[in-house]
Amino acid sequence: MLKGIIGLLAGAAALAQPAAAQAPDPVLIRAAVLRVDDPGLPPISRLDLPPADLGFAGARLAIEDNDTTGRFMGQDFEAVEIAATPETAAGEMQKLLDEGIEFIVLLADDDMTLALADQAGDRAMLINAQARGDNLRGEDCRFNTIHVAPSRAMLADSLAQFLMWKNWPRWFLIHGSHPEDQAMAEAYRRAAAKFGAQIVEEREFEDTGGARRTDSGHVQVQAQMPVFTQRAAQHDIVITADEADVFAAYLPYLTWDPRPVAGSAGLVPRSWHPAMEAWGGTQFQNRFERLANRPIREEDYQTWLSLRIVGEAATRTQSGEPEALKEFILSDSFDVAGFKGQALTVRDWDHQVRQPILLTTGVLTTSVSPQDQYLHQTSQLDTLGLDRPESACRFP
Amino acid sequence: MKHLLCSAAALVALAAASPALANRVFVTNERSNDLTVLDGETLEVIGTYPVGNRPRGITISPDGTELYVCASDDDLVRVFDPNTMEEMHTLPSGPDPELFVLHPSGNPLYIANEDDNLVTVVDVKTHRVLAEIPVGVEPEGMGVSPDGRVVINTSETTNMAHFIDTETFEITANVLVDSRPRFAQFTADGSKLYVTSEIGGTVSVIDPATQEITKKITFEIPGVLPEAIQPVGARVTSDGKKLYVALGPANRVAVIDAETDEVTDYLLVGQRVWQLAFNPDETLLYTTNGNSNDVSVIDVQRDEVIRSVQVGQQPWGVVVAPN
Repeated sequence: MLKGIIGLLAGAAALAQPAAAQAPDPVLIRAAVLRVDDPGLPPISRLDLPPADLGFAGARLAIEDNDTTGRFMGQDFEAVEIAATPETAAGEMQKLLDEGIEFIVLLADDDMTLALADQAGDRAMLINAQARGDNLRGEDCRFNTIHVAPSRAMLADSLAQFLMWKNWPRWFLIHGSHPEDQAMAEAYRRAAAKFGAQIVEEREFEDTGGARRTDSGHVQVQAQMPVFTQRAAQHDIVITADEADVFAAYLPYLTWDPRPVAGSAGLVPRSWHPAMEAWGGTQFQNRFERLANRPIREEDYQTWLSLRIVGEAATRTQSGEPEALKEFILSDSFDVAGFKGQALTVRDWDHQVRQPILLTTGVLTTSVSPQDQYLHQTSQLDTLGLDRPESACRFP
Repeated sequence: MKHLLCSAAALVALAAASPALANRVFVTNERSNDLTVLDGETLEVIGTYPVGNRPRGITISPDGTELYVCASDDDLVRVFDPNTMEEMHTLPSGPDPELFVLHPSGNPLYIANEDDNLVTVVDVKTHRVLAEIPVGVEPEGMGVSPDGRVVINTSETTNMAHFIDTETFEITANVLVDSRPRFAQFTADGSKLYVTSEIGGTVSVIDPATQEITKKITFEIPGVLPEAIQPVGARVTSDGKKLYVALGPANRVAVIDAETDEVTDYLLVGQRVWQLAFNPDETLLYTTNGNSNDVSVIDVQRDEVIRSVQVGQQPWGVVVAPN
């Protein structure tokens, strides 16, 4: 059949031949992406509305990338995409386990991630591509889970390092009333103590419910935000911890004092940003946008990286045996490239993927942490998040 | 300062004074969208010329009459008269050309299209695309064997060196190397192929006859974190005795005994050192330092950095005109 293809495609035929000669039947490496959608309120900004293929589009790109290499290696990759609700998630997980899929990428919140990890036990390796909970890397760590999503501690530390470099050590911390907001606020308190910043004032912005959209809602917002931030102690910057997306985006330009905003709005620490162009990022963005017809989101980067980890392990071990891949991913020899300018590796004490964190505004990357001046005896990336001696994780 | 008067008249006068381009150094500046020309004798800047958007890879024809520049954001290769720096014509390159290599005979040009997983082969005389060869994800580094029979392409996300037959345009072998391979360089006798891996932090030494990795060169610099050691550009002396490797954000060039493939020295250069080029008699090596906007000049005999010269913003590629 390949003989029938002529002209420029002759090269493509040539690609197939060496692979075919080495391994007549490509080895199939199966994975799944399980996304658990929580039916919550829409985001404050309609620009943040989640696309239907959130996370899945990143998975598709990873499978394309893996397959391009796989053609040369006699390997074929696939990832089943499952969108579940909190009610159906356990059933869907069971189906994947029963099908014998041993690499499952999870896009779920902290509690759901933990529950699914316990359900999977030693039947699959779970790759956490969304949940940021420090407890998942600490007292609630599970040996079967590796964390591609950065932890809250890593995000807070990345911002703290930058603010110390900027010489803005006095923080006015405003957090929401949801448990995840409280957890993020705690991460900023920890980061402040670690890097020598002071939280000079703390306030809680209570979520009193209600609709996100109202006609001319900005009129009230404009009146409320200055008042809410009035008479705070002298501060250099407002730090917001608002994972529930209730108020932070309203604050820039509406604070009582003329101060910049960071955290959940303003300068935001993220694993990825659609404007990132360093370290070959442009090609990655272009490939993604051609495939998905939209700019990339963090969830897509994180599922992409999760499945690239599986692909990279398959390439390096030249194996499709799940056990061999898992062992290699957790070994000292493993690293993977993720368009962040250095090799990404897995911490052996909590299975968190070490990675630089981008500090981004709406349209650009302002900086990338770790900042140069924060050194470390083993990896500079371990200045972000909970280091080995601090970790509460104890694997059996 | 009068060197900066880069009017055409000044250039013509220069060209008349030294008809051969001997020892002229051309540096692409990725951010300032221009090219800096240095005098290889005095190491002074002769002039700065616009060369299109996001110029990166650069090379020159063996007879020194055509200068090729990858204008990445223009999706083409611009060809200049190196004497006048006037644009002569453009070549189709496929999207986002980054690096290329010229066949030793001067034709054709093999271009890596980072965005399209292709190597494009272009006839520099007829300006036509001869072939598009599908390779791995994010093709980047390009090397050619001294006999012109094999072209090497490295793909950054697939992590392979692809061996391409220049007669048939078919891939004949794929060698898996460490993460993000950036550059491929043969020794002049064709007996060895060096492939640098930016993220892997190594240089793979490959026997082109068997396509096997015979050794991996690793780097260790006191006081420099391992993740900052990112091998990118590489050049080997034509006698096959010394290999130089640019180590990116480690801000150093490694000197390697190319007979034993052991590192002998590290030379401190500017920030984020990217690509390298020898002058024709291989007494000097030029480095482009992207984050400090300068070129370091290394004395090859003594392995010492003797000068740094300010160029444009974010210098990327460098080539020296042949004698």
